[in-house]
Amino acid sequence: MTKTHISEDTMKPAIRVENLSKTYGSGSSAVQALKNASMSVQPGEVVGLLGPSGSGKTTLLQCLGAIIDPSGGRITLGGDVLFENGWQYSDRRALRRDRIGFIFQRPYLIPFMDATENIAILPMLQGQTNKQAYSRAAELLDILDITERGSARIEELSGGEQQRVAIARALANRPPIILADEPTAPLDSHRAMSVMQLLHEMAEKLKTAIIVVTHDENIIPVFKRLYRIRDGVLHEETGEGRAFDALL
Amino acid sequence: MISLAYRDVSNSFGRYLLTGIGLGLLIGVTLTMAGVFRGMVDDGKALLRSADADIWVVQQNTLGPFAEPSSLPDNIYRGILAIEGIRQATNVAYLTLEVGRGSHSVRVMLEGIDTQQNPLHLIAGRPVMRSHYELVADERSGFKIGDRIPIHRHDYEVVGLTRGMRSPSGDPILFLPLKDAQEIQFLKDNDALFRDRVQLKENPQLNPPGNPALLDAVEQQLFSNHRVNTVLIQLLPGANPRRVADDIEKWLRLTAYPKDEMEDILIGQLIAMASKQIGLFLVILTIVSAAIVALTIYSMTQTKLKEIAVLKLIGTRNGLISRMILLEAIGLGLVGFLTGKLAVTYWAPLFPKHIVLLPDDTLRALLITMIICVLASIAGIRAALRIPPGSAIGG
Repeated sequence: MTKTHISEDTMKPAIRVENLSKTYGSGSSAVQALKNASMSVQPGEVVGLLGPSGSGKTTLLQCLGAIIDPSGGRITLGGDVLFENGWQYSDRRALRRDRIGFIFQRPYLIPFMDATENIAILPMLQGQTNKQAYSRAAELLDILDITERGSARIEELSGGEQQRVAIARALANRPPIILADEPTAPLDSHRAMSVMQLLHEMAEKLKTAIIVVTHDENIIPVFKRLYRIRDGVLHEETGEGRAFDALL
Repeated sequence: MISLAYRDVSNSFGRYLLTGIGLGLLIGVTLTMAGVFRGMVDDGKALLRSADADIWVVQQNTLGPFAEPSSLPDNIYRGILAIEGIRQATNVAYLTLEVGRGSHSVRVMLEGIDTQQNPLHLIAGRPVMRSHYELVADERSGFKIGDRIPIHRHDYEVVGLTRGMRSPSGDPILFLPLKDAQEIQFLKDNDALFRDRVQLKENPQLNPPGNPALLDAVEQQLFSNHRVNTVLIQLLPGANPRRVADDIEKWLRLTAYPKDEMEDILIGQLIAMASKQIGLFLVILTIVSAAIVALTIYSMTQTKLKEIAVLKLIGTRNGLISRMILLEAIGLGLVGFLTGKLAVTYWAPLFPKHIVLLPDDTLRALLITMIICVLASIAGIRAALRIPPGSAIGG
């Protein structure tokens, strides 16, 4: 990874987004999917990102995940400017691998690897030795309380176990930020709440910021802070931040 | 680093193996066709090897005795022997026919030879020692020593066996005394002889009153056979085959082919059409195999595009993903090749035609399979590299 610009030694949110915009197409057919979106998330904080279909959620997530190019604005990750007049890192794949965690609607685990390997692959891709990678995977399996399922094939895991492995994989590279794209979508309300509780625990324990894109009304009360997006415009709101004990 | 290819194959090993075996059977068919082609060429050469002649003398202006009919008087060899540079001249008669073996019949080529002058390389039994009604059979005919083979009017006893003696058409050869072969080839059956004799008797020009000797002379000429198909010549050391052949053509008004020219006739002309046919079939089979490999590998990649997108999203290098697809393709090719090689080894002897599996052809097939697999994997790799990592996010 070639870092060409590092700055800001002030105290830092895990991620800060300033005036981010994204326009698809050009001329009369141009569609502005993001309009001067700004947000920041502190280490260990879990924030919700809500909005109807087509509002720009996925576009924002893809910009934050260094998957697509924003049209303008600034993204700062832990004090390092990632995007400002273009990406400041030439190898965005390495940027994703080393600095960002992803959780998807479905676990999307690699079916031809067991649970441990699905987690260990990330440290391995970072260049860690097999021993270090497997050790990290074992640590995460332990944290997520699925140690005994480590050698299970993916198809042998329950939906909840698969989602835990997916969360472990997102944490494997010790990212300052995790982008979770509707992680509770396929789950019933009870299991959805369990996953949210787990995400909160992990965020707090590992000081990782998590942005959770969701449509799920049931889990909205757990967020202390959330962002709503409509027609590409982002608004910050204060959430209820209700305790899980009361919701489970 | 985890081997993605190994893990992927292990996860769906049964399906992968079955795909490889299916491909292998196709490769086996391709190898078999190559073997049939080689077998035809080898059959053509086998006769040349067994004849061990430096020059083939045939009827004038013919490509005989296999590509065209050739008939020579059986005393012509005396004149041939008078030409300088010739050590030995041997009459040979060939004919192809069906002979009975148990309740079945088998197509064979009879080769009438001077059994004293043409020692055969036997794998069992003894050479033909009597002047009549014995023969040496090639083992591929299925006959055993002691078998009695009815051919036309007589039964012939198998006294020896040879190996690899085949006609240019691949039929096993039965070697028997020249006189017997001439009789089988030219002599008519009793009813035909009777009818011919009646006709001759009724012809006043051939049976004039008061001259019975004329009819006897005509009958003797008509009902005996003194023809052969070719004369095989062995030269003295140092003799130039082309020059001797030219002398034979010039002085005896025959056609003579040195060994290499006869090989050209047998291989280049006699089996040219068939070999072209097989060659074309081989090319089509190779193209079909390539298309199937490409489709298989492409489909294998398509089924895991989502996983590949996830791999790319979490930072897996393109090289690692490409390597997975490439290794799986090569593995599939290897499984296919081994299956094909094994299959052809086992089923080749079951074919009625001679199939020759040359190590060079096997290596060539392996190389072609690998090249096809590598090329085929390109389609899969392209599909994998085209999938945007962002497709793992959202719906």
